[in-house]
Amino acid sequence: MDAFDLDAAWRLHPQVSVRPERFGALLYHFGTRRLSFLKSPALLSVITALDSEPTARAACTRAGIDAAEFPAYARALATLAASQMICARTAA
Amino acid sequence: MTATLIEEFRHGLAAPICLTWELTYACNLSCVHCLSSSGRRDPRELSTAECRRVIDELERMQVFYVNIGGGEPTVRPDFWDLVDYATAHHVGVKFSTNGARITAEVATRLAASDYVDVQVSLDGATAGVNDAIRGAGSFELALRAMRHLARAGFAGFKISVVMTRQNVGQLDAFQSLADSLGAQLRITRLRPSGRGADVWHELHPTAGQQRELYDWLVAHGENVLTGDSFFHLAGYGQALPGLNMCGAGRVVCLIDPVGDVYACPFAIHDAFLAGNVRAPGGFAAVWRDSELFARLREPQSGGACASCSAYDACQGGCMAAKFFTGLPLDGPDPECVRGFGQRALALVDGAAAPRPAGDHSHRTRVAGPTGPVPVSIGPRPVDAVAATAASLSRRSAPDRACDQNPLAGFAPSAR
Repeated sequence: MDAFDLDAAWRLHPQVSVRPERFGALLYHFGTRRLSFLKSPALLSVITALDSEPTARAACTRAGIDAAEFPAYARALATLAASQMICARTAA
Repeated sequence: MTATLIEEFRHGLAAPICLTWELTYACNLSCVHCLSSSGRRDPRELSTAECRRVIDELERMQVFYVNIGGGEPTVRPDFWDLVDYATAHHVGVKFSTNGARITAEVATRLAASDYVDVQVSLDGATAGVNDAIRGAGSFELALRAMRHLARAGFAGFKISVVMTRQNVGQLDAFQSLADSLGAQLRITRLRPSGRGADVWHELHPTAGQQRELYDWLVAHGENVLTGDSFFHLAGYGQALPGLNMCGAGRVVCLIDPVGDVYACPFAIHDAFLAGNVRAPGGFAAVWRDSELFARLREPQSGGACASCSAYDACQGGCMAAKFFTGLPLDGPDPECVRGFGQRALALVDGAAAPRPAGDHSHRTRVAGPTGPVPVSIGPRPVDAVAATAASLSRRSAPDRACDQNPLAGFAPSAR
C-alpha cells in the first residue's frame, strides 16, 4: 500500500454514507457495496473534517489528534483510501 | 476485525447493518425449503403508503440498504415504485428473486442503477438438482433471468444458493456458472425454518459434506458471499470471512410482509417476534426498545457448550437452527462440527420441536421428488379436521369413512 499523503486534500467519496455508532462509525460505499468500520470516534472526527480542511494533516489537527499519533491515523486513512471510502479531492 | 468491534456488535447497533424485508408472502414457486412458507399473499400485507413510511424511517436511521425478499417480491404491483422510492431516499436495495419477472427490459433498467443489486436464487447447478427443490422449470427461469442481466451488462449480480446434500458437490460448477455470467456467487446455510423444517433432516449437508464445504470456502471463499451464515463451521479451526457471530436483533432483523419484526429472517415464530412497524414509534422503536432485542444484546451464556474448546469460534451456532430442531438455545447447533448437535438431536422428540409460525404455502402440493405417497384410510386425525375447517377451497379427506362418493363433502354455495 502506498504511503498516505497527509499533506494532500482528501474528501469522503461522494457515494459513501456515514453512520455514527457508539464505537465510531459505519461506512457504506454504494458503488462498491462495501461496508467499513471506523473503530474510534476520533477517526470519525478526522473523516468528517477532511472535506473542509486543506489537508488530511489539518483535518487531524482539527479533530484534536496528537501529532505523535499522526502515523497511526495515516495508516487508517490509507486503508480507507484503498477501499475508495475516501479519495483525493481533485479526483472526485 | 478487532475483538472489541465484535463486542460492540454483540451489544447491538443504533440501526441494523443489514435488514431483510420480505414484501409479500405471494410467490409463483413453492420451493420445498422456503424459509417463510410463502405461496399466497397475506391480506394484511403492508400497503404502498405503509411501505413508504418504513423506507422513510430507514432513511432517518441511515440503514444503508435493505435485502428485499418474500415470497417473490417482484409480484407486488408496486415493487418497482418501492425500489425507486427507496433509492431516491438513500436506502439501497438488494432484492432476491427467482427470476420470473427479470425480462431483458427490466435487466437493462437494473443495470443502470448503482443503488440496486439483484440476487437470483438457484439451488442446483443442474436442472435436476435445482428443480427437485424449487419446482419444475425453475432452473430455466433463473438461467434466463441471469442471461438477461449478463447481457444488460449488470456486473456482479448475485447467484444465491442454499447449500443442501444434493448441491455441495456442485460448488465448483456454481462458481464456473457465476464466472461465465460475470456474477458473484453467494452461498447460504439451509435452516429448518418455514417449510425448511419439513425437509431439513433429509436435505441438510452430511457431516462429511460440511467439512467439504468448509474446506472449499477456506480455499475459494475470498470472493464468495455467505451472509455470514456458516459461522458454526468456524469450529473446524480457521474463522471464515465475515463477522462470525449471530447477528439476530443486534445487527440484523426481519420485517415480514405484515410488518412484524423478527430477530432474523430464519426465526419467524412468536418466540422471536419483537414488534410490528404499524405500532406507534414504528420500526425504530421496535429496534431500539424491544425487550426481546434487549435480551439478545446481553452477553449470551454458552450453556452446555461453554466448556467446549470450539465455543469461542462457533459461539454455539445458529439460534434458529437449534430452535426449529427442538434443541435448547444454549446448547450445540444441530450441525455442530464436533458432533454434539447430532447426539443432542438423537435425544429430542422431533415432533415436539416448535413449528414455524404462519403458513402461506400454496394449497396445492409443493415441488419435490414425485413418487408414490403412502396413504392410509381411516378417520381423520383431529388437527387435520381443524385445518380442513379453516380451508376455504379444499376438502381432501372424506368426512366419514363411507363418504367415498366423488361429490362427498361438496357443499354447493347459497348463490
